[in-house]
Amino acid sequence: MTKLHEWFRRLNDKLVHVLVYLALIAALTPLFSVLWEVFRRGISAINLDFFIKPTPAVGEVGGGVANAIQGTLITIGLASLIGVPIGIITGIFLSEYSEAKLSSFVRLFNELLNGMPSIVIGLFAYTLIVTKIGFSVAAASFALALIMIPIVSRATEEALKLVPATIREAALALGMPRWKTTIFVALKGARKAVATGVLLAMARIAGESAPVLVTMGYWKWWFAGFDRPVAYLALNIFLFAKSPFENWIALAWGSALILVVIILGINVVVRLLMREKRL
Amino acid sequence: MSSPYKIEVENLNAWYGHQQVLIDINMKIKDKAVTAIMGPSGCGKTTFIRCLNRMHELVPRAKVSGKVIFNGVNIYDNGVDPTWVRKRIGMVFQKPNPFPMMSIYDNVAFGPRIHGIGDKKLLDQIVRQSLEMAGLWEEVKGDLRRPASALSGGQQQRLCIARALALEPEVILMDEPTSHLDPISAAKIETLIRRLAEKYAIVIVTHNVQQAARVSDYVAFFYMGRLVEYGPTKEVFERPRSELTERYVTGKFG
Repeated sequence: MTKLHEWFRRLNDKLVHVLVYLALIAALTPLFSVLWEVFRRGISAINLDFFIKPTPAVGEVGGGVANAIQGTLITIGLASLIGVPIGIITGIFLSEYSEAKLSSFVRLFNELLNGMPSIVIGLFAYTLIVTKIGFSVAAASFALALIMIPIVSRATEEALKLVPATIREAALALGMPRWKTTIFVALKGARKAVATGVLLAMARIAGESAPVLVTMGYWKWWFAGFDRPVAYLALNIFLFAKSPFENWIALAWGSALILVVIILGINVVVRLLMREKRL
Repeated sequence: MSSPYKIEVENLNAWYGHQQVLIDINMKIKDKAVTAIMGPSGCGKTTFIRCLNRMHELVPRAKVSGKVIFNGVNIYDNGVDPTWVRKRIGMVFQKPNPFPMMSIYDNVAFGPRIHGIGDKKLLDQIVRQSLEMAGLWEEVKGDLRRPASALSGGQQQRLCIARALALEPEVILMDEPTSHLDPISAAKIETLIRRLAEKYAIVIVTHNVQQAARVSDYVAFFYMGRLVEYGPTKEVFERPRSELTERYVTGKFG
């Protein structure tokens, strides 16, 4: 009897082990096959021209996505210029200055904004800006900045809360004004965690396509002013992949590859920052 | 002004939200002497000294009424800058709180720097004097670039004292400065307090009756937000006027 029990127990153990490993494989297979497919197809599109030439004309051979790389950097840069300061200031306000009631109110709106479908944010920017000045870097950056704000402000708030109150008190008791203490003592102590939040927000918007689609539209030339569109990597994938031209499709895969590499790269930097913070 | 008192507290009341923690405190604090504030936990002693340099108001929903007259100026008057008050009245906290990532030097130079002293020679001099006065110079002079977090707890507390001294304050408030330290480090701080009393008015909060007896010239006994008894230490310990004080100093409660 006990022998049989033991046999069942061992069998159960084995069975659960097998199931767990199967689940693991099921979860990892799509991830790796996506990465592999993007890498395999993307790498064949990548050569020197890919990085230095702009979008090719229809029927033209070769060409690259240099203009889209430029446009993506400009758009993310401008979005960060708008979104990061607002996000950090909101985070400071929530952690240092706000009354509990107001905080929970602002936090609720922050979360709503964070959960908002990005296409809705795009439409908002469309009615606010595109209807006035047209499809443009300005409109797209504005939409992307709105996506960044809740991420950055949440990261800032959490980071500031980890700075011990005793350290703030030390500075205040030496006659440092409160606003200076907030910036030069608290924010300085939290700077790595804030940088982490900013990077994650950048990684997030680098991959956004819906809000850019409704605010920037299609542009195959170089940057020509903030009131004009620019080419955008994430949009390239969408626009080129559905085209009938073989070299455009190849460029879409190439764009996908560098986008994945950029986002992966940012995440690696974030991990390194986090590890250092623990020391 | 030749008043023997550095700080005169008049009808001081303090609240956290709706809870009143200090009730009608009147007290004159002598210059160049150690005044100890003792009493059981929650009696308001820490709140009291935080009212003396306007640190109390930093807590959300905290409120104060009454006067704290320092050098003839009520520090709660409109137009008095709290940062000026905190610069003139230094504070040392219960738990040593040096800026952990900063060097020993930068910790001490922090105060003078934020108040506009940039001259390297002058800063060097201030740092050295402050560390000497805090009795830490001999132990750290070899390497002032070490981070403050590398020091022992007792050394960190003396660093915090040096940091407060660097601003040449007139009063030093100490909130149970030895409660997180081992007995040897605590004894060093007590000796230091006696020495500092030659130059400064010192107010020290303690829940340790023996410590109050050892270090102070004057002692105040607080109970449930009220000042029960205040006088020269010897008198209070030998001939307490209130039965409550007697029971406290003889260890019947606390």
